[in-house]
Amino acid sequence: MDLQGNSSKNHPYHLVDPSPWPFVGSLATLVLTIGTVLFMHEHGPWVLLAGGSFLIFTLFGWWKDVICEASLNQHTPEVQQGFRYGMAFFIVTEVMFFASFFWAYFHASLFPTEVMGGVWPPKGIKTLDPFGLPYFNTLILLLSGTTLTWAHFSLLEGNIKDTLTQIAYTILIGWIFLCIQFYEYSHTTFAFKGGIYPSTFFMATGFHGLHVFIGTLFLVVCWFRTRRGHFTATDHFGFEAAAWYWHFVDVVWLFLFISIYWWGS
Amino acid sequence: MPDPASPAVNQMDHLHPTGWRRWILSTNHKDIGTMYIIFAIVAGLIGSFISMIMRAQLASPGSLLLGDHYQFYNVIISMHGLLMIFFMVMPGLIGGFGNWFVPLMIGAPDMAFPRMNNISFWLLPSSLILLMLGGCIGVGFGTGWTFYPPLSTTLIHSDAAVDFMLFSLHVAGAASILGAINFVTTILNMRAPGMGLHKMPLFVWSLLVTSFLIIIAMPVLAGAITMLITDRNFGTTFFDPAGGGDPVLFQHLFWFFGHPEVYIMILPAFGIVSQIISTFSKKPVFGYLGMVYAMVSIGVIGFAVWAHHMFTVGLDVRTNAYFTAATMIIAVPTGIKVFSWLATMWGGSLTFPTPMLFALGFIVLFTLGGLTGVVLSNQSLDIMLHDTYYVVAHFHYVLSMGSVFGMFAAFYFWIGKMSGKQYSEILGKIHFWLTFIGVNILFFPMHFLGLAGMPRRIPDYPQAFASWNMIISFGAALTAISILLFVYIIYHTLRFGKPVASNPWGMFATTLEWTVSSPPPFHTFEELPLVK
Repeated sequence: MDLQGNSSKNHPYHLVDPSPWPFVGSLATLVLTIGTVLFMHEHGPWVLLAGGSFLIFTLFGWWKDVICEASLNQHTPEVQQGFRYGMAFFIVTEVMFFASFFWAYFHASLFPTEVMGGVWPPKGIKTLDPFGLPYFNTLILLLSGTTLTWAHFSLLEGNIKDTLTQIAYTILIGWIFLCIQFYEYSHTTFAFKGGIYPSTFFMATGFHGLHVFIGTLFLVVCWFRTRRGHFTATDHFGFEAAAWYWHFVDVVWLFLFISIYWWGS
Repeated sequence: MPDPASPAVNQMDHLHPTGWRRWILSTNHKDIGTMYIIFAIVAGLIGSFISMIMRAQLASPGSLLLGDHYQFYNVIISMHGLLMIFFMVMPGLIGGFGNWFVPLMIGAPDMAFPRMNNISFWLLPSSLILLMLGGCIGVGFGTGWTFYPPLSTTLIHSDAAVDFMLFSLHVAGAASILGAINFVTTILNMRAPGMGLHKMPLFVWSLLVTSFLIIIAMPVLAGAITMLITDRNFGTTFFDPAGGGDPVLFQHLFWFFGHPEVYIMILPAFGIVSQIISTFSKKPVFGYLGMVYAMVSIGVIGFAVWAHHMFTVGLDVRTNAYFTAATMIIAVPTGIKVFSWLATMWGGSLTFPTPMLFALGFIVLFTLGGLTGVVLSNQSLDIMLHDTYYVVAHFHYVLSMGSVFGMFAAFYFWIGKMSGKQYSEILGKIHFWLTFIGVNILFFPMHFLGLAGMPRRIPDYPQAFASWNMIISFGAALTAISILLFVYIIYHTLRFGKPVASNPWGMFATTLEWTVSSPPPFHTFEELPLVK
């Protein structure tokens, strides 16, 4: 299998074998986006669902290949350094994506218009109590940061058993967070279509929730990989990336909590 | 992933797949770069064809060609802008020449993420299909490339066309973000031993800065698009004043992306021109570090000037004053670059093959476009010139004579390296002069029309503007001929081109791509080069 790492290779980089996934993934994206437009214009969700499944299938196949290559030692320290750069810059793009929603939020909240009654939160909006469930959510997300760090240190110590336990706790806390968010969403007094407050609120916290969901899935994958012995004390970039992502999502929540839940109420 | 245990898989075939597999499954930066260049040429041809329809319509007053199908005119100007920006300039300069030459110039065996590199390319055809669907469905997207609400909301564009266009940009944006992450990682992590950051060729520096701009700017566009999609389809009111939203917010978000975007399109051309001017002046580039940090400052300041696109929208007068001043500051690093190019040529032993001609054309015409940019940066003047043909002239001077001249220069400079066959110098020179004269007849009179008050994005105009418009359309026809000639030159080069040595340009073509054969082997630098 070590097709690229043959004897003629005199550099530490990874020349990836030809792969069908980019083309297939692009096709899946096309089906997914066309499906989304059809769904939005009352043509049913079926193309959207097909495109979504197609994309998930692609991601599964793609990352299966990546894990396979990792297990064949094609990810040298130099390649892993590249992964670190790649993941870091990916997180920068995510930061800027959230920046646009915060921009929308502050644009509306710092300069409330006549329609809102000239105040923020707008007239008629009953906001959530920040020191009720949102505060609890803040505390458990911070707790998840500590359990994840515990998992990381256990991994560095080579203690697989503790690593598994602590990743599991982190996943559990992620799910509790999502359940609480879901509970809160279904108990808000303002509707999604109720003007600029719910628009900014649901968009910012909704995309955050989606990121918690993705981060949780990432950790679930890491849990299984840890159990299968993919990670060692010195070689566990997959886990590191998941942890970076988790901490990033955590920090976004802190900003959401402070500016939208607390200051904005 | 093919089954490695299968005896049918020949190891060499697997490393160097042939036929359709070589392209569809590619993980090779040169092949992916070639696909990008072909894609950019195709998109450029479609975009140019569309602009010819526009010029035919505008050749004389009275809407002779399109009759009262004004919305169709709106759709094609929007399509022209989006095609040229997202499907010609960015894939050509960044995806095409960047992919080909960044790894070669830093002595890396390939890009950092070769498989991700391929999806950066293959997302573009999907994105183009979405854009075309948007153009064909219902009334199309007659929104301009800036798709400001409320014009782009369901109030005016109620069918799926705008949604298709927005998703097209989502996909193209994702593709360029992935590509940018790939470039930054490659440049930071995979330089050959001895290739310090301050020894990198300027083209590589330009791609590094460009990639940072994409990473920071593009997600903000994605956010704006997302909010527009939910405004259109799910009842949010981000940009709807009736619900407490604000259309000006969209303009802020759009131009926070949109202004860095214009530097994304021009910086790689800066890099290319630096390489070419130095090679054909037989001197190292003047003020290398100044050139590097001029690009870095253009990148940084480029994020602090966006509202100069919004001078007429009613911002606070102090805000406008700030954005006027900040915008003028950009002229300083840009001036550093222009004067350094001139100083590079000063006292040099100059030769003038086609790439050098295009590089010189770039300097002259880009500078002209830059100067009208300084004019437009004055809010007091922009009040008069906003949305007139003066603006159209300005950005075509910096883009279709800046970026596109950069692409032509790069094409002639590197086609021998890429294909192993050299272009015909005579045809190249004819192409240059035809293009140079054509685009100047095409775009220069637009300054006059703009100063006289002719608004952009209109399908018809008063008799008073007729004569310059006729001349402009004549220039467009000349440019169209030069484009056809370019297509012929590609054919001629690939069919009849003479074989090229590793380095056809002499001892001042010092970058590493000239140390490998023309065309380079499938895999280069399997033995890493050592840079002094």
